[in-house]
Amino acid sequence: MIIQSLRMAFESITANKIRSFLTMLGIIIGVIALVVLVSLVSSASDSVTAQVSTLGTDLLTAMVLDDKGYPLRLSELDQLATNPTIGQVAPLTQTVVTAKHGYTEEAATLYGTLPAYGEIYHWQMQRGRFLKTTDIDNSSYVAVLSLEAAEKFFGQSDPVNETIFLNGRGFKVVGVLEEDTSLMSVMTTSVKIYTPYTVLVRTSGMRGISNFIVTPANPKSMDEAEEALNAFLMRRFKEDENAFFVFNQSNLMSVVGTVTDMMSYLLGGIAAISLLVGGIGIMNIMLVSVTERTKEIGIRKAIGASKGSILLQFLIEALVVSLMGCTIGIALSFGLLQAATLVAGGLISFYLSFRIVLIAIGFAVAIGVLFGIYPAYKAADKHPIEALRYEG
Amino acid sequence: MNKAMIELHDVSKIYQVGGQEVRALDRACLSVREGEFVSIVGPSGSGKTTMMNIIGCLDVADSGDYILDGLSIDRYSDRELARIRNHKIGFVFQGFNLLSRLTAEANVELPLIYQRLGMSERRKLVAEALHRVDLYDRRKHKPQELSGGQQQRVAIARALVTKPSLLLADEPTGNLDSKTGAEIIELFHELHRSGNTILLITHNPDIAKTANRMVQIFDGKVYEEVVS
Ligand SMILES: Nc1ncnc2c1ncn2[C@@H]1O[C@H](COP(=O)(O)OP(=O)(O)OP(=O)(O)O)[C@@H](O)[C@H]1O
Ligand SMILES: [Mg+2]
Repeated sequence: MIIQSLRMAFESITANKIRSFLTMLGIIIGVIALVVLVSLVSSASDSVTAQVSTLGTDLLTAMVLDDKGYPLRLSELDQLATNPTIGQVAPLTQTVVTAKHGYTEEAATLYGTLPAYGEIYHWQMQRGRFLKTTDIDNSSYVAVLSLEAAEKFFGQSDPVNETIFLNGRGFKVVGVLEEDTSLMSVMTTSVKIYTPYTVLVRTSGMRGISNFIVTPANPKSMDEAEEALNAFLMRRFKEDENAFFVFNQSNLMSVVGTVTDMMSYLLGGIAAISLLVGGIGIMNIMLVSVTERTKEIGIRKAIGASKGSILLQFLIEALVVSLMGCTIGIALSFGLLQAATLVAGGLISFYLSFRIVLIAIGFAVAIGVLFGIYPAYKAADKHPIEALRYEG
Repeated sequence: MNKAMIELHDVSKIYQVGGQEVRALDRACLSVREGEFVSIVGPSGSGKTTMMNIIGCLDVADSGDYILDGLSIDRYSDRELARIRNHKIGFVFQGFNLLSRLTAEANVELPLIYQRLGMSERRKLVAEALHRVDLYDRRKHKPQELSGGQQQRVAIARALVTKPSLLLADEPTGNLDSKTGAEIIELFHELHRSGNTILLITHNPDIAKTANRMVQIFDGKVYEEVVS
């Protein structure tokens, strides 16, 4: 019976192609709105999340705002690192220097840090090595260059073991970092030079650490690590919580997540309303079609169609219209997202969210049933003789 | 004597048209036994089709009793009535009532679809019925591509295809030439001989006379039953 009803549904859909298409259009547009909008948000959110996660998600950034006359020293950070909930601690002190090699002379940002810093961010070396513990201990005048810095001062030639002059002092280049594609690189200058913290303190005369990052002993103990860090800073800065600032990067992720989820729900909700409007279109046309086909219904009932089979026939017809619209809508959405990816020029790749495709199909079925049942019931309930007499 | 299949007791059907009462059937009584061939005659507008619709379970009387197979019609559920229309009754309508979107073949197939028969079974029965009315070579035509007589024969094939035990035919030969008409009537007699019950409305007295019994309707009343 289902197969027969399907056949009848296709017959009546193809018998009136333009009308069927116009009916489907409401569903098609609704599905496109739903699938494309939600896919756009989820693709964009994935790409933002990926960008944010390059900042490091399982780490804490601490900033000292008021050192109360006692600058924070490296040995104190070493002590913090012995806390069992804390993994690694690395300071990042920065200053601007004039860097010179050959005839190239340019401003560069000089960072003083520890080997742990590179490990925390999983930095890859393009050549040479990153800072070593012995560099720190011996306060060696060594420098690690960002790829851009290396290209700026050394061009195509290999800078390793060459000397670069920073504020007139010679530093031996020991390594070049891989290109930095993280969000950080967008926010700061790209001509960066890294040197042991101890060397920076000595050459710049800067006192104390104002910026450092902390990782938890394991990713799950983030909260404990944050607590330990806060306790340490409170003790250190005379219980003044305004003297420092701790930022948990994983909070950033969850904020991004919340914002994009809200966007999805909002846009998805709006699109769902347009699908609903499409459903009303189906109901409208089905009601017209039931009236037009009154005679057909009468004939079918007269030769023995039960109420149930008439109901099924019209219900399936509504379902087929809505599912065909849904299929076309999903196919067009796929095309639109591909086009959007092309337009975005590789910045973001938009993909069809599988979850939303399932939701769209579910919606289409629900709408077909919801808006098909009333016209189908009206058809099934017709009196055979009155229906037979109907002249359309 | 076979038992009664159809019994109408004081059946009335009243239509209100523009404040005027039309008694399409007025306390009509009729009894048809299983295996009988009854012809119904009467002037136009006398209520023949109205009575046939009630007998065919398509319409209900405003008053009176219709007893089908020993059970009052209002004891049957909607579902059972659909089943009776589908399996037991073959109805040849006065106005053919073919589905214009479907081919002759598909029209004839329709009752079998509601019987949920398989494809091959349906094919076989449809071909058989179309051969019987001599329309097999026109099976792919749609109703508007057929002549009036051919449409009538499609309607007859559709009524016969389920091998119904009760055949209700409302002027089945109205659009046919006398030769084809005679062939169709001969087909009815053949069905009658094989045990089917037949009710035939006709304006042709010669055809009416070939039945076991002739019933006359006048102004909604069943007047006389002449046994041939
Ligand atoms: N739906 C209706 N509304 C109003 N009056 C109706 C309706 N159906 C039938 N009638 C009236 O009932 C009467 C009987 O109609 P019916 O169709 O039974 O006649 P008939 O004997 O079949 O005539 P014919 O030989 O012309 O087919 C007619 O007067 C007709 O006007
Ligand atoms: Mg009539």
